[in-house]
Amino acid sequence: MLRHLRRSIVLALCLAALCGLGYPLLVTGVATALFPVQARGSLGPNGSTLIGQAWQGPQWFHGRPDPYTPMASGAANLGPRSRVLAAQVAARLAAWHRLGVTPTAELVLGSGSGLDPDISPRSAYVQVAMVARARHLPVGAVRRLVQSQVQGPELGFLGEPVVNVLQVNERLARLR
Amino acid sequence: MGFALTLLALVVCLALAWRLLGAYMVAVFEGRAHWLSWVERPLYRALGVDPGREQGWQRYTASLLIFSLVSILLTYALLRFQALLPFNPQHLPAVAPALAWNTAVSFVTNTNWQNYAGESTMSYFSQMVALTVQNFVSPAVGMAVAIAIIRGFARRGSAAIGNFWVDVVRSVIYILLPISFVFALVFVAQGSVQTLAGPAHIHDLLNGVGQTIPRAPIASQEVIKQLGTNGGGPFNANGAHPFENPTGLTNVLSILLLLAIPVALTYTFGRMVGSVRQGGAVLAAMTVLFAGWLAVAVAAEQGPNPAATAAGLAHQPGGNLNGKEARFGVAGSVLYDIASTQTSTGSVNSAADSYTPLGGLALMAGMAQGDITPGGVGSGLYTILLSAIVTVFIGGLMVGRTPEYLGKKIQAREVKLAALGVLVMPVTVLVLTAIAVAIPAGTGAVLNRGPQGFSEIFYALLSQGNNNGSAFAGISANTVFYNVVGGVDMLIGRFGIIVPVLALSGVLAAKATVPASAGTFRTDTPMFVGLLVGVILLIGALTFFPAVSLGPLVQQFSHGRLF
Repeated sequence: MLRHLRRSIVLALCLAALCGLGYPLLVTGVATALFPVQARGSLGPNGSTLIGQAWQGPQWFHGRPDPYTPMASGAANLGPRSRVLAAQVAARLAAWHRLGVTPTAELVLGSGSGLDPDISPRSAYVQVAMVARARHLPVGAVRRLVQSQVQGPELGFLGEPVVNVLQVNERLARLR
Repeated sequence: MGFALTLLALVVCLALAWRLLGAYMVAVFEGRAHWLSWVERPLYRALGVDPGREQGWQRYTASLLIFSLVSILLTYALLRFQALLPFNPQHLPAVAPALAWNTAVSFVTNTNWQNYAGESTMSYFSQMVALTVQNFVSPAVGMAVAIAIIRGFARRGSAAIGNFWVDVVRSVIYILLPISFVFALVFVAQGSVQTLAGPAHIHDLLNGVGQTIPRAPIASQEVIKQLGTNGGGPFNANGAHPFENPTGLTNVLSILLLLAIPVALTYTFGRMVGSVRQGGAVLAAMTVLFAGWLAVAVAAEQGPNPAATAAGLAHQPGGNLNGKEARFGVAGSVLYDIASTQTSTGSVNSAADSYTPLGGLALMAGMAQGDITPGGVGSGLYTILLSAIVTVFIGGLMVGRTPEYLGKKIQAREVKLAALGVLVMPVTVLVLTAIAVAIPAGTGAVLNRGPQGFSEIFYALLSQGNNNGSAFAGISANTVFYNVVGGVDMLIGRFGIIVPVLALSGVLAAKATVPASAGTFRTDTPMFVGLLVGVILLIGALTFFPAVSLGPLVQQFSHGRLF
């Protein structure tokens, strides 16, 4: 029994050193050397392209109706027949209608992470007229901007095509 | 179209893993892999273990239980002393006692149920040395048990079933570490974070938004979280978080990683018992059930979100997108969550609580079947073999002959041990659910009202009892009641099955092999696969139908009603 105990402690400590320190530190070293930008969080001057932000007003493309609080990620978790969810969706629909937009489902339903950085191309296209009007830009120019920002799916079939909201807004700010 | 290609790619990759990884694991556990012996040998020396000396089932079990106890205590201590340990740039305080207990048990039992949000609770040191380590160790223990029962079938008249220390060391060094290292780099290339630099503070001048973005060594933990069917992510949002699962490619790789070892182990099993067809039959039963529930969930989630429909959102052409990420869409989300609930991984890339009623039912179904399709690393195989024994027993009753499985006579003792292993999870889960819904400490934690609230409680205890770890995450289970009860649930769900399996292994190894005759019920035929599927569905339905009808089924049939 004592021998089992001694072996257990030795193995636990050895594997803690090997898998808990050696492995993650080695991955950190190699990954930082090979992919320095990604390893540090894909950060640009205005934030991370992977972590969504809240956008207000008709002059910007909006993302999902998420809280966008990176220190507290997670979904809203409201059930499929939740009264609270129905009330939230009704309020979001009304807000979009006030902006003159007929939203897609994605624009009134929260994401899984609460930080979704992307929307589908369709969700971007329905906002084009709103953004063009607010910025006094030709609708065609804004539409072409969105077209140029459609990414994926990976390898042509993995996942869904998306528009990154931060990237499209960064381009939009530079559009004359 | 994209989804069909995704499934095809996954099937091709899994077929390769089945054949290649399966054969490699045979070599590893038979001691024919040597390329990392420069790490392996010093470990044996430190342990004082002679890799050539094997243990009987009692010693094997004692080693496993004591090692698991030490692992729980060590993990608990690391979490309690977090504030004093290094790599803590956010100066996070010690983890509270009840939560530390639940988390320690959770990671050691391969459950990875999480009653905490990683980004605001765990230091880098805790993530790496307390939690990532158990992401390696717990699947290694699962593999050791699976290999032990395989040896039980493969050997005749043997007193020994292997050496626990050697099996665990080989699993970690030859299987889990090398695969994790390679895929971790792929994940970083795709955008997964891997740094010790602490949170990033950004200020976006375009919209005036300021953010503090948590960072950590994510990719290294993410990959072993999937490969080891653990599921405990560094962030609260788990596989939905863009730092954990940044693209459609990482999403499919995650699914591949969590299915790879459980699927490949069926080949390892077939080869070691001397007939790959036997492994193929077990895999076929797993595949039928997996595909069935995947189809149910995909079909259900193509439908609209009922609450959004009630709010006036007429068109939902993409299906129920509530709680799902744009880059995965409905199909990529459902495939991930189904793979994760059917493997005892429990990571999620979309909010299970927000699935449609039938979609949520499909997520529960994998666990109600005992997480065996294909189940967790090791645990899936050893648990489905218990169902296989029950199946040949029922088959034997039908034809009035002593049943046999893989050349071993299945007699009263074997059937008793198998039945015990099959029943321990449902009994624990149902009793604990009954307690939780009867007292305020249990019912006070739910987010959603009505039947969805019941589902949250039932799902929590079902998930922990199966060492799965996924959640209807509306429940706020970081209470003393749920932390303590959940810990008990996880311990019984893990060791309540492992001990009968190892006993069975010892009993079987000691037996002689009987040659197959014309009257032997063959266990490598479609007939057996069908019977096994039937037995699994029957046991799952008989035990859990009443509970499931109080949750998802009520919601499904309450047309237009909101709660």
